[in-house]
Amino acid sequence: MLRFSATVGRSWSAEPTVKRIYLDHNATTPQAPEVGQAMQPFFTSEFANPSSIHLDGQRVRHRLEEARAEVAAFLGGETDEIVFTGGGTESVNLAILGVARLRPGGHVVTTAIEHPAGLEACRQLEAEGHPVTYVPPGPDGAIDPDGVIAAIRPETVLVSVMHSNNETGVLQPVGPVGRECRRRGIPFHSDAVQSAGKTELRAKEVPADLLSIAAHKFYGPKGVGALYVRRGVRIRSLHPGGGQEDGRRAGTEPVALAVGMARACALARRLPFRYREWVGPLRDRLERGIRERLPGTRVSGANAPRLPNTASIRFPGMRAEEFLIRLDLEGFAASAGTACASGTPRPSHVLRAMGFGPAAVRQTVRFSLGVGNQPAEIDHLLDLLPALVGELRRGMPASAAAGSGSRRRWLG
Amino acid sequence: MMRVAVAMSGGVDSSVAAALLRDRGWEVVGLSMNLGGPGAGGTDRRCCGGRDLLDARAVASRLGIPYYALDFHADFRREVLRPFADDYLRGRTPSPCILCNSELKFRRLQTAARRLGASHLATGHYARMMRDESSGRFRLFQGADRGKDQSYFLFNLGQEQLASLLLPLGDYTKAEVRRLAGEWRLPVAAKAESQDLCFAPSGDYRRVIQAVAPGRSRKPGDIVDRDGRVLGRHDGLEGFTVGQRRGLGVAAEAPLFVVALDPAGNRVIVGGRAEAGRRGLVADRVNWIPFPDPPARVEVEARIRSRHPGAAAVVRPGPGRTARVEFRSPQTGVAPGQAVVFFRRDEVLGGGWIREVY
Repeated sequence: MLRFSATVGRSWSAEPTVKRIYLDHNATTPQAPEVGQAMQPFFTSEFANPSSIHLDGQRVRHRLEEARAEVAAFLGGETDEIVFTGGGTESVNLAILGVARLRPGGHVVTTAIEHPAGLEACRQLEAEGHPVTYVPPGPDGAIDPDGVIAAIRPETVLVSVMHSNNETGVLQPVGPVGRECRRRGIPFHSDAVQSAGKTELRAKEVPADLLSIAAHKFYGPKGVGALYVRRGVRIRSLHPGGGQEDGRRAGTEPVALAVGMARACALARRLPFRYREWVGPLRDRLERGIRERLPGTRVSGANAPRLPNTASIRFPGMRAEEFLIRLDLEGFAASAGTACASGTPRPSHVLRAMGFGPAAVRQTVRFSLGVGNQPAEIDHLLDLLPALVGELRRGMPASAAAGSGSRRRWLG
Repeated sequence: MMRVAVAMSGGVDSSVAAALLRDRGWEVVGLSMNLGGPGAGGTDRRCCGGRDLLDARAVASRLGIPYYALDFHADFRREVLRPFADDYLRGRTPSPCILCNSELKFRRLQTAARRLGASHLATGHYARMMRDESSGRFRLFQGADRGKDQSYFLFNLGQEQLASLLLPLGDYTKAEVRRLAGEWRLPVAAKAESQDLCFAPSGDYRRVIQAVAPGRSRKPGDIVDRDGRVLGRHDGLEGFTVGQRRGLGVAAEAPLFVVALDPAGNRVIVGGRAEAGRRGLVADRVNWIPFPDPPARVEVEARIRSRHPGAAAVVRPGPGRTARVEFRSPQTGVAPGQAVVFFRRDEVLGGGWIREVY
């Protein structure tokens, strides 16, 4: 009765049995092979601390500063304007907390659709006595620049508006806001984590005083990001320590990751073009295909300028949660909102801010494509979609099998 | 390969159920109901709270199966918590676990499982099922481990629900299940059992009622005897259950039991052992499992609580899915709101909800 095989107890298998098609590039991207190659020496022979006085350290310092220059060039800034951080969240935190904490009680203007990294930083500031205004988006998912500007007060010490939104892909009107802030001498931060590599991004052209990016969104490694801080803008570091990064971010620098990020930046020079010319048409093909096969579906932010790769789509009559799981089991990786640690998707604050009711939020799925996606993959998804959605809407099983769970015949 | 979804609570039972099915060659998908959310009773140790979901996920990872936690907190609040609070406030004693089974697990979760391409939903209940060849109906039986039997909690299921249910633990004892979990080195092999309601850690269900129905609980009233004589005061009807002996705070020569609850007058009515006995009850929303239409008269062992040993009784079905249940000898602790489940030998014939007692 208790026969059990050796297969039970095996740990999570790395080999999927169904071919995987990855459509969740806004969550993260695969690391480019050249990035891994560039990082290798710094996990092996080039291990010294870049702050050490000896030659081993000096060599590594040199490489680190080369990496910094690469990142600076990527953003159109100077090397002394780049702070390496542990990722997008840390960059955003550093920008917002780092500027506002220098002026206790100062007012902050931001938006209701920021990534939790920005929203939570602002909530933290409120707890520290800073008033914060969260400007809502329009129904199309774009912030009205006049609304942001109107919220600026004499005591405003920071304005933070994301460059593009991670859930809808909508590009935000950071230009008018940045220019107005420049005119008034108020530091302007933009969370550009989703935009970097997908669209043109030059700090001076935004124009932004602070810009946050994360390497793993443009085919670089996880665990490293950068904050662009324009010359003359002061920030207070988040963590006290050894004064690295010009006193803005203490801790031994993550050299390997910084080098990896720099390689990703170098590769990313051509990315906006690739996204526009290759990924954009794939995304459009996906949206068109879905609309044709499933009338009634709606693309969020369709009327606003968007990143070329993001498709936030509402499927009436369906639960996005179940849809995503079903897609997952069929081999497609996509997402909706943000997930919490247990794996339950949290309802999207972005869609709610855009005026979506709770039901509509629960019906919305995000596909975010990358440079590795192929037309055949999109077509495969489109082929599967109508039947899948049909089943999910009707609640009918693909195969209805009746049968008792017991292996035994029972006497009545 | 056939796909089956397993309802994983993060406990040993559902974990071993998943392992057994995987071992038998099913394509297993682990599902949890995330019941948490503001006012859910906020537990971090028992079923379906944050800690338990992480345990379920760890087990799934160890078994190499996909795992998903579905957001059920609105359904939980609506189908389980609200009725729970309402029942108590109306002087009834609810059975939230049975409601959770029939409304959440074997309705919403089972539907979700089907939508995910699974032909069945499996749980870790200690109970057994078989299909009657002659009638074509599914029948429900006690599990091999009589001490752990949970068939009582499944009395409410319809044929459709039973048809897509799997109960892999039916033939096993609890001891065997624990041993299997240890042999397979499942992360939850030594995990403690959840004895309390999953949403009320340390048994503080009154706090949950307060959170779900603010302002309606903790209303003091009189404790009276059958003649209406006031014997004391209580601090809220929801703190009492028919048959209860403790916590009355009334001195008397002979032991006093809660005999009835009067929501209209907000009174707890107490009496001696003789007055606490009940001849019978009327049940509604009665569900029959082995037959679509019950006979005029059925002799059963009626269980009025999950741990009740059962009392010989005669069931006479009435109109509108009701039934009169007459005990051979008077029973104490027959509480309106609880389930009465009809057994015949080791089979669950069905059951209903206690509407009134006499």
